[in-house]
Amino acid sequence: MSDAFDLVVVGAGPGGLAAAATAAESGLRVCLVDDNPAAGGQIWRTRLADGPAKAAARWLRRIEIAHVEVRFGWRAVVSPAPGILRVEQSGQFADLEYAALVLATGARELFLPFPGWTLPGVYGAGGLQAFVKSGFSVRGKRVVIAGTGPLLPAVAAHLRSAGARIVSVVEQAPMRRLLQFSASLLGRQAGKLFEGAAYALRLAGIPYRTGAWVMGAQGDERLEKVTILSGLNVLELDADMLALGYHLVPNTELAQLLSCELDRGYVRVDELQQTSVKGIYCIGESTGIGGVDKTQIEGRIAGLAVARKPDQARTLVGARDRQMRFVRNLADAFALRDELRHSPDADTLVCRCEDVSYRELAECGSWREAKLHTRCGMGPCQGRICGAASEFIFGWKAPAPRPPLFPVEVATLAGAAESAPVRSD
Amino acid sequence: MANGESFIIHLNGRPMRVHAGMTVAAAILEAGVASRLSVRGEPRQPLCGMGICYECRASIDGQAHQRTCQILCRPGITVVAG
Repeated sequence: MSDAFDLVVVGAGPGGLAAAATAAESGLRVCLVDDNPAAGGQIWRTRLADGPAKAAARWLRRIEIAHVEVRFGWRAVVSPAPGILRVEQSGQFADLEYAALVLATGARELFLPFPGWTLPGVYGAGGLQAFVKSGFSVRGKRVVIAGTGPLLPAVAAHLRSAGARIVSVVEQAPMRRLLQFSASLLGRQAGKLFEGAAYALRLAGIPYRTGAWVMGAQGDERLEKVTILSGLNVLELDADMLALGYHLVPNTELAQLLSCELDRGYVRVDELQQTSVKGIYCIGESTGIGGVDKTQIEGRIAGLAVARKPDQARTLVGARDRQMRFVRNLADAFALRDELRHSPDADTLVCRCEDVSYRELAECGSWREAKLHTRCGMGPCQGRICGAASEFIFGWKAPAPRPPLFPVEVATLAGAAESAPVRSD
Repeated sequence: MANGESFIIHLNGRPMRVHAGMTVAAAILEAGVASRLSVRGEPRQPLCGMGICYECRASIDGQAHQRTCQILCRPGITVVAG
């Protein structure tokens, strides 16, 4: 089964929606694919019964009017031949033929292993928000939120509004760095937001601890206590849940599979978002963590570029670059402290799929060696969690992913093996 | 959820009432059970909530290793977790 499009967009978050709508409004035949059951990505995730977020709804209306074909609940797994993307949904697959491709695959959360992080009750901060929006009740639950960045107070506010009792928000960055950030010219706007959020937490009686981080999580079968280091004090907090948010890791696997070059871990793009592979564009967090505004601008740039309206696309470049500068400043303020590298003890599992411990990995010299000797990264997540963790802890660079991008039924791959891989030359 | 539509699923042999729009992962969390047992037999629950980590995988209607965080509950499904 094959379907031909002028443009296929992978990822229906803010950037993918913008790219698909912009291109389709110029008359292109566009298909929009997303792994999730609904559009909006992580940032515009809502409870399904509530309908899409307002901002997402605006794009969705444009997409509908412009006749974009949507495939939600389908994920890209392999490219059986140049110009073809194979997508899969519970064992079924479809081949989408494209003249141009926009990758809007977003980012995932960075998880840093520490003793007890595999206990039930320990979740990603974005993850717990997603669970709550998909029906999990946190009413009356004691929640510790730990990690770094302006996301933490925001998660606290959301979970609190869902009825959770926020025990503490634990920010690893030291207060002096946050104050510098607040005072900096570029950070003024976010600084205010951030101060506002921290202030709201104090008003609600929620301790916001800076320069503090999680040392361990304890419990019998599930989380009962979180141990944090705050200054020179070791504190034990009783908690039902621990939500962790340590920055984001760009999802570059599909871009790499299509031979797009990376630059310091992000997909390298030109002024109009085109990757090193002609006809393949990349937007959003995969080109540099920058948030929802940057992502939408990039989506519009890519949509216009694909629709052969480069002059119009160029009018947006300045706005994008301003967003990016602002975000770099933010990243500096919340840079991860070195002590976090030493959070795992010898028995702490780093690879959750294959249960590989820090001790086993510490004996290896590289990611490749670790994979060979310990099966680290060989499980179904294919190193998406432990690869990023190992990069932070050991400084290992994970090699390019191999197809398929996710474990799939053999039938989905049949016929793909003999096709030539996609190359940029 | 907004208009209270709900139905029954079967989780580990027990009936459970869930709201329309609820993911299978949310049902597993709500029931307080493990989604899977690790290679060494540790109980695990969904972690990332966005289809990446595979900690949420469980069997749905006999199909093993389904990423439950990306799948909505449907009336009458049978989920085997842990």
